[in-house]
Amino acid sequence: MKDWRANKLMPGAIIPKGGTAREYKTGGWRSATPKWDEEKCKQCLICWISCPEGAVLVKDGKVRGIDMDYCKGCGICVAECPFEVIEMVGG
Amino acid sequence: MKIKDLTEKKERLTSGHRLCAGCGAPIVVRQILMGTDKPVVVGCSTGCLEVSTTIYPSTAWDTPYIHSAFENVGATISGVEAAYQSLKRQGKLDKEIKFVAFGGDGGTYDIGFQSLSGAMERGHDMVYVCYDNEAYMNTGIQRSSSTPRGAWTTTSQVGKAEPGKKQNRKNLTACIAAHDIPYVAQSSPSSWKDLVKKSTKAFDIKGPAFLNVIAPCPRGWRHPSDQALRIAKLAVETCFWPLYEVEDGEWKLNYKPKEKKPLAEWLKTQGRFKHLFKPENEHIIEELQAKVDKDWERLLKLCGEA
Amino acid sequence: MKNISKKRVVATTGNGAVAEAMKQINPDVLVAYPITPQTAIVQDFSQFVADGAVDSEYVTVESEHSSMSACIGASAAGARVMTATSSQGLALMHEMLYIAAGSRLPIIMPNVNRALSAPINIHCDHSDSMGARDTGWIQLYSENAQEAYDNTIQAVRIAENKKVLLPVMVNLDGFIISHGIEKAEFIEDRKVKSFVGERKPFLPLLDVDNPVTYGPFDGLGGYFMEHKKNQADAMERARDVILEAAEDFAKISGRKYGFFEEYLLDDAEIAIVTLNSSAGTTKHVINELRAEGLPVGLLKLRVFRPFPAKELAEALKHLKAVAVLDRALSSGFVGPLFSEVQTALFNLETRPKVINFIYGLGGRDYTLHEARKAFEELMTVAKTGKIKKTLGYLGLKEVEVLV
Repeated sequence: MKDWRANKLMPGAIIPKGGTAREYKTGGWRSATPKWDEEKCKQCLICWISCPEGAVLVKDGKVRGIDMDYCKGCGICVAECPFEVIEMVGG
Repeated sequence: MKIKDLTEKKERLTSGHRLCAGCGAPIVVRQILMGTDKPVVVGCSTGCLEVSTTIYPSTAWDTPYIHSAFENVGATISGVEAAYQSLKRQGKLDKEIKFVAFGGDGGTYDIGFQSLSGAMERGHDMVYVCYDNEAYMNTGIQRSSSTPRGAWTTTSQVGKAEPGKKQNRKNLTACIAAHDIPYVAQSSPSSWKDLVKKSTKAFDIKGPAFLNVIAPCPRGWRHPSDQALRIAKLAVETCFWPLYEVEDGEWKLNYKPKEKKPLAEWLKTQGRFKHLFKPENEHIIEELQAKVDKDWERLLKLCGEA
Repeated sequence: MKNISKKRVVATTGNGAVAEAMKQINPDVLVAYPITPQTAIVQDFSQFVADGAVDSEYVTVESEHSSMSACIGASAAGARVMTATSSQGLALMHEMLYIAAGSRLPIIMPNVNRALSAPINIHCDHSDSMGARDTGWIQLYSENAQEAYDNTIQAVRIAENKKVLLPVMVNLDGFIISHGIEKAEFIEDRKVKSFVGERKPFLPLLDVDNPVTYGPFDGLGGYFMEHKKNQADAMERARDVILEAAEDFAKISGRKYGFFEEYLLDDAEIAIVTLNSSAGTTKHVINELRAEGLPVGLLKLRVFRPFPAKELAEALKHLKAVAVLDRALSSGFVGPLFSEVQTALFNLETRPKVINFIYGLGGRDYTLHEARKAFEELMTVAKTGKIKKTLGYLGLKEVEVLV
């Protein structure tokens, strides 16, 4: 189903592959942007487990940044960070 | 359980879904799906989660998923599970697969109550998760039987004659516990460890399991978009939403606040309760506090903590 | 005794015949909920499960809404799934009927026709299945136990054909057929097994390595209309598939099926069009009237959806007058079958006069007397070329209506 597209109809409107929502970038919804301070980060990963979007980028068990393609700017990561290493900035 | 290990798991609810910024539901779903490494088939009742995750041709589910209607995710996923049991028994399938149904409180407490009850009674090997945002949010914030007394919704309006919802909420977790199924629990995404652990238990136990999980809604509860988990946590700290489990009929309290916070602290975080702080409505806050106190005492007794 | 036929000729109720077909089909999942007059089907099946005679997972749901919901889940999972219902049960699952068809799930469901309340009445009419006309289900009708059995078996092949992938409802008349005992011939198990084959599901949920999404939201910017057109096209393709299945079925049973049965229709001048068990009574009266020299005939419709309009028009076009019998009402207009038949005939250059009789509501008897009355009225229409009344009732009692 690699080349499947919306106008190639499956019976029953079945979507024949998983996770196609990744193609839809929700970052454009953002009206404020979280700024993460890598140096101060204690790598507790609370932001990652709290993010409604799964937009906190983690590699090898460490936060590497926030995926602005998907971050909607809700600010939950800022509110939940126990060490105040994320802050919201405008735009 | 280490949070670092959880990051190794595949995200089965992907980014790109269209739930509102700051919605509690996808946090709940992500944490639930971290509870098992086995393949999972997801069922969803009609509602915010369903509509926002599967806007054709995009699906945020990187795992098999089915939605059929509003009032029937219990029955729908039990059909999937029955097919699995049959095909496995006949040797046509050999994988171990898990089944989970997600419903909002409208789809679970109200219109889907019968279908849920039937599925639990029949003993399907499945997990049912209610993401409880205490009103019909998808249709625009109408009261459900999960809406707390006193809350403003668009069908429990506040005015000169009426102070918001007049009835107390249904204790659904206890209703399902009364089904005498292997596992029932109440949890909150503000306590990720509690939630993921309960999810793992629910998936691992043979037979039906039910999880009721508080899922704040910034639009419906009238709170800022960054506050969902703060408010969920306060619901736990005020004992409005206690964390407990009922395993094989044994009630167990999973968290006892060192100091039980006044309910008003939780109420004042949300615009839906704003009118309760007017002098003429203050008695409602007192009555709500009395109800929480009574329910908490009863729970402590059930859990052998009193 | 070597060449003894394996066919079993039995005395059976309609429900018993349907249950036997289900046993031979041996579906992966059987979803059960009791409702009169269907209940005996799921009761029999429970015994098959208890006896270990089937491999089916037997799911006893708490309502018909859940029964169709569970069928949808099981069918999407990849299983072959069946259930059975009647009347209020069909009405309760109405919403889910659309979803089963719209999701293109080949569910098989015998529906034992029974009147819809109010007043509550447990006996036969077709208001239940007629109410489900536009749900997207293929609808087959059965005159007797034999046809109910045969239709149930053929339904599997029709539903699961990859050109179709639509649910099929097999209708039989409540009590008259479901509970009446008559002669029927059962095909041997292995022949049924090979006729229905194994289901090869399309994009099943349980193929967990290839995750698919069933039941997405498809709104304004999407392809809703195209998906519905796609579904309607499948229903069109079902026409050929129904005939192919019938042809193959004749090979194992010796019994021939098409879209409808014509009884002494070729040389008839007037005829009745009807569904299900009333055809038997009508045939008897036709025999009597033929003996009196009257050119009467019958068209018994088997396939109501897809509606065989072209073939039906061809079969009826030479007639002077046709009476369509409806065992259902559409308050405010004519009976539902009448609407379809008249539409089918409308564009013919010359067409018969068509009248409509409502009969048999709530199990009211359709006797030789009623059939004769219908033919008598037809004879007048044929003779005069004039229709006095389009819609009439058969078998109404004389009553005084107070308000």
